[in-house]
Amino acid sequence: MSYGAWIMLTGSLVGVTCGIVGCFLILRKMAMLADAISHTVLLGIVLAYLVSHSLEGIYMLVGAGIIGLLTAFLVQVLHTSGVQSDAAIGVVFTSLFAFGVILLSAFAGKVHLDVNHALMGEITFIPWNTLTIGGMNLGPSAVWMLGSVLLINLILIFLFYKEIKISSFDPAMASAIGIPVMFIHYLLMSMVSITTVASFDSVGAILVVAMLIVPGATAYLLTDKLIVMLVISAAIGVIAAIGGYYAALIWNISISGSMASIAGLIFAVTFILSPKHGLMAKLIARRSIVAEQS
Amino acid sequence: MNPVKVSNVTVAYDRKPVLQEITFDMPEGKLIGVVGPNGAGKSTLIKAILGLIPTASGTVDIYGKPYKSQRKLVGYVPQRGSVDWDFPTNALDVVLMGRYGHIGWFRRPGKKDTAIALQALDKVGMKEYASRQISQLSGGQQQRVFLARALAQDATVYFMDEPFVGVDAATEKAIISLLNELKAQGKTVLVVHHDLQTVKEYFDWTLLLNKRKIALGPTEEVFTIDNLQKTYGGRLSFLDTQLDPSHVVQS
Ligand SMILES: Nc1ncnc2c1ncn2[C@@H]1O[C@H](COP(=O)(O)OP(=O)(O)O)[C@@H](O)[C@H]1O
Ligand SMILES: [Mg+2]
Repeated sequence: MSYGAWIMLTGSLVGVTCGIVGCFLILRKMAMLADAISHTVLLGIVLAYLVSHSLEGIYMLVGAGIIGLLTAFLVQVLHTSGVQSDAAIGVVFTSLFAFGVILLSAFAGKVHLDVNHALMGEITFIPWNTLTIGGMNLGPSAVWMLGSVLLINLILIFLFYKEIKISSFDPAMASAIGIPVMFIHYLLMSMVSITTVASFDSVGAILVVAMLIVPGATAYLLTDKLIVMLVISAAIGVIAAIGGYYAALIWNISISGSMASIAGLIFAVTFILSPKHGLMAKLIARRSIVAEQS
Repeated sequence: MNPVKVSNVTVAYDRKPVLQEITFDMPEGKLIGVVGPNGAGKSTLIKAILGLIPTASGTVDIYGKPYKSQRKLVGYVPQRGSVDWDFPTNALDVVLMGRYGHIGWFRRPGKKDTAIALQALDKVGMKEYASRQISQLSGGQQQRVFLARALAQDATVYFMDEPFVGVDAATEKAIISLLNELKAQGKTVLVVHHDLQTVKEYFDWTLLLNKRKIALGPTEEVFTIDNLQKTYGGRLSFLDTQLDPSHVVQS
């Protein structure tokens, strides 16, 4: 496969994986928590490296999963003991992230990871960092990592679909009928954590938030069915990735930055034009109500 | 055996007591209205019974056993405002959620569940709206969907939180005939109610609540000016003008 094709495949996998998980973040109004987790997993990555002395995917995923859960847990603890939830997120987010940055700078010589890379990602290098097993070149390792995480997420969503759905729509009813709402919450947060780590290399901690939130927020405006929302969101992720790649080629700009920008552009257009929830539709509806009344 | 036995239940949010030493037995096969001013702890009482919030002390038994082992016997209608009606789903899907407790892990609602859900929608006069997106339903229709979901739970005891709030007259009639049908089937229903005018007409028994239990008993015995005064305190002066004396039992 060509260099460009690998980049587009990687970007699309980021788009699909983030887009699907992102829908649940939108529905549960948890964009802020996702933002926090996408940064604190940096600490997980550094700790995983310091413990395992390896940058292999599996250690990164476990480290990020643990720190992601820790983030969600600490936010929950602070919140239930009376701290406002956005303040709780702010405190946990900045403390754990700062600790990650400190560790990273203290062990900078030993860790083959720099803050800039972790924050911004570098999708242009992805095709050269390949996975070889028994002398066989299996393509970029990021593709394998993203593919595995996508598969894990899909399996979890498939297995717990109705539990995730009811605990997102009506958590009180869900726990009344015995669904472990907190388990589902942490399950989703684990999915966010591993999704973030897998996307890190390509788009970095800052843009991964865009890929998590924007496609889901756009899909929310376009459909009234959960399953359709998941599909649209994934599709927007792919369009943003491919469109972003070509835009970056044409204007010679950052690939990941242009991916996130395209996602933002799709959102803006949808927000204005969506037939159901868009700005135009609302204005027209308001006008017809006014017309009816007069 | 009593469907619900609440013993000495105290609930506090941030150490501020909201319910204090609540003790009562619910009689079987009755419609029980719960009245009390805003913030009296009516919703909290239901949540405590259903184990949705921790209690500082006390126990709740459903047919003699803890709630956890009796979930399938209990149906719940939360306050309509407690969920996001913009959630991407339709009426049938919401009613099917009433089946989730019976379905178990890793399984999807089947044909039988869909049939039960459609029947429940039919009972509340909403069958034609099965595939309607929930944000496009009126307040009364949304409330009926919630009731249909509780029916789909196929329970023996029901807890309903303010089902009559913000509904049209037709929905109010539909709900009340549904309540009477449940009663005719021998089910027990506890309903948080805000409209004192209709308490005597709708409910066999009444629980008057304001942080503490003021009274519980047959409506004609406990729904008295005296008890209302104890429940609503100084606010009863406004009740006087609102309340036609014929609706209240004179003591
Ligand atoms: N989650 C909560 N955290 C803190 N206080 C609460 C919470 N929910 C309810 N309260 C308080 O508990 C009291 C009882 O609330 P509630 O049971 O909703 O009353 P009602 O349903 O009778 O209007 C109110 O004073 C309310 O402010
Ligand atoms: Mg209430």
